[in-house]
Amino acid sequence: MAVMKFIPEALKNLFKPPVTTSYPFEPAEYPERSRGHIGIDIDDCIGCGMCVRACPLGALKVDKNAGTWEIDRFDCVVCGYCAEKCPKKCLHVIPGYQTPEGEKASALYKKSEEALRLEAEKKAEAARKAAEAKAAMEAKKKAEEAAKTEA
Amino acid sequence: MKKRSIVPYGPQHPVLPEPIHLDLVIEDEKIVEAIPSIGFIHRGLESLTQKRDFNQMVYVAERVCGICSFGHGFGYCEAVEDIMDVEVPDRAKYLRTIWFELSRMHSHFLWLGLLADGFGFENLFYQCWRIREKILDVLELTTGGRVIFSVNKIGGVMKDITPEMAGAVLDMIHSVKKELDRIVPTFMEDYSVVSRLKGVGVLTKQQAHDLGCAGPFARASGIKTDMRKLGYAAYGDLDFDIITSDDGDSYARCYVRINEIYQSINIIRQAVEKLPEGELAAAVKGNPKGESFVRIEQPRGEAIYYVSGNGSPHLDRMRVRTPTFANLAGLCETLKGADYADVGLLILTIDPCISCTER
Repeated sequence: MAVMKFIPEALKNLFKPPVTTSYPFEPAEYPERSRGHIGIDIDDCIGCGMCVRACPLGALKVDKNAGTWEIDRFDCVVCGYCAEKCPKKCLHVIPGYQTPEGEKASALYKKSEEALRLEAEKKAEAARKAAEAKAAMEAKKKAEEAAKTEA
Repeated sequence: MKKRSIVPYGPQHPVLPEPIHLDLVIEDEKIVEAIPSIGFIHRGLESLTQKRDFNQMVYVAERVCGICSFGHGFGYCEAVEDIMDVEVPDRAKYLRTIWFELSRMHSHFLWLGLLADGFGFENLFYQCWRIREKILDVLELTTGGRVIFSVNKIGGVMKDITPEMAGAVLDMIHSVKKELDRIVPTFMEDYSVVSRLKGVGVLTKQQAHDLGCAGPFARASGIKTDMRKLGYAAYGDLDFDIITSDDGDSYARCYVRINEIYQSINIIRQAVEKLPEGELAAAVKGNPKGESFVRIEQPRGEAIYYVSGNGSPHLDRMRVRTPTFANLAGLCETLKGADYADVGLLILTIDPCISCTER
């Protein structure tokens, strides 16, 4: 039966540098896949709300008309399910943990003016096309009816 | 009759990683009886099935407990896949096996550290947790999480292990094995350590069988039980033996767990070598309808997952029977006749995971 078996190992430790990094004086390094927090490319977001329905925590809110996306980072557990479900792939799980906050508030992301303007233009264009198509249909209908009455 | 007194032990106690309360009936310094009570951290995760759909429940299941996290997500996925007749691709099966064994390794290192702390060997405790850190780093590299991985989904896995990552895993297990070799003699041969473990808290094979013990706790009493031999995931293709010991004391439990770390290293090496090419996940359509019962081997022993679905996104029932629950009866038996000073150590030897037990 050995006595003091661990002494050599313990002594070796005296001459080794510490295994931990002295954060925050040294920066923490995260691997690429590290699930730190959820980020969004807000201008690509179409406001479909898939992420809101997917989130197991109910930490997300989307307003399609206002062009906003809101996340309660205190509720989010960074499971990444929203990023997986996003049809436009504009949600990302990115390394780097959130900094602590003094107040419990959610982070609000709003689309840029440029993106909102483009979207409004697109909407107007679509509405104009729809109106045109409707008018054409009605004209066709009328013509058909006129042809019927003539016959 | 000698004077008996009752000493409350826990739920807050320096040696306990999680809250469990024991009423110890003692005569002088000897324990006559131990009466456990649990329920301090019940969170009602199983009833969340009414509010979350079966895909979201994967993330809930994972958060049943921090240390057994991968196993819970995995067991739940296996059960739902069984109901929905989903054939998981081979690569996903192997990846799950690798992650499962990595989490078993870090769980056992955590336990070794806690044991060392339990008998007052601070330095050894820090060494164990230092080695464990390497495993956590590799887990973060491959999955993105240190203890909660979120890689399982119904039908397969979400992330792949690239060849470079596989190299990092192999390098890590190589260096962990070397470091483990250096601390094992302290656990197995050091006079003061062995005197705290040998002959303490003996549970005979018959007792362990009668009380329905599970996992390393039962294996240390000589019961050959290991759910991995059922061949779920890729375990059917891999070569390993069930590690048992006939002594049934604390030393035997330490012996079994240390050898299981070596066994996990061996399994990971085989799995990485055999890792087949292919898809990561199978397509899943529809909602689960029916019921399934799955048994898997968690680091702490046999865990049972029962899932029942009614064809809607919300399951009827999700139930987890955890190994610690099975081992509590065995714990109370081992405590009988033990010294009061050994109580903390004996509670640790079942590797209690109270979060799992209470959910």
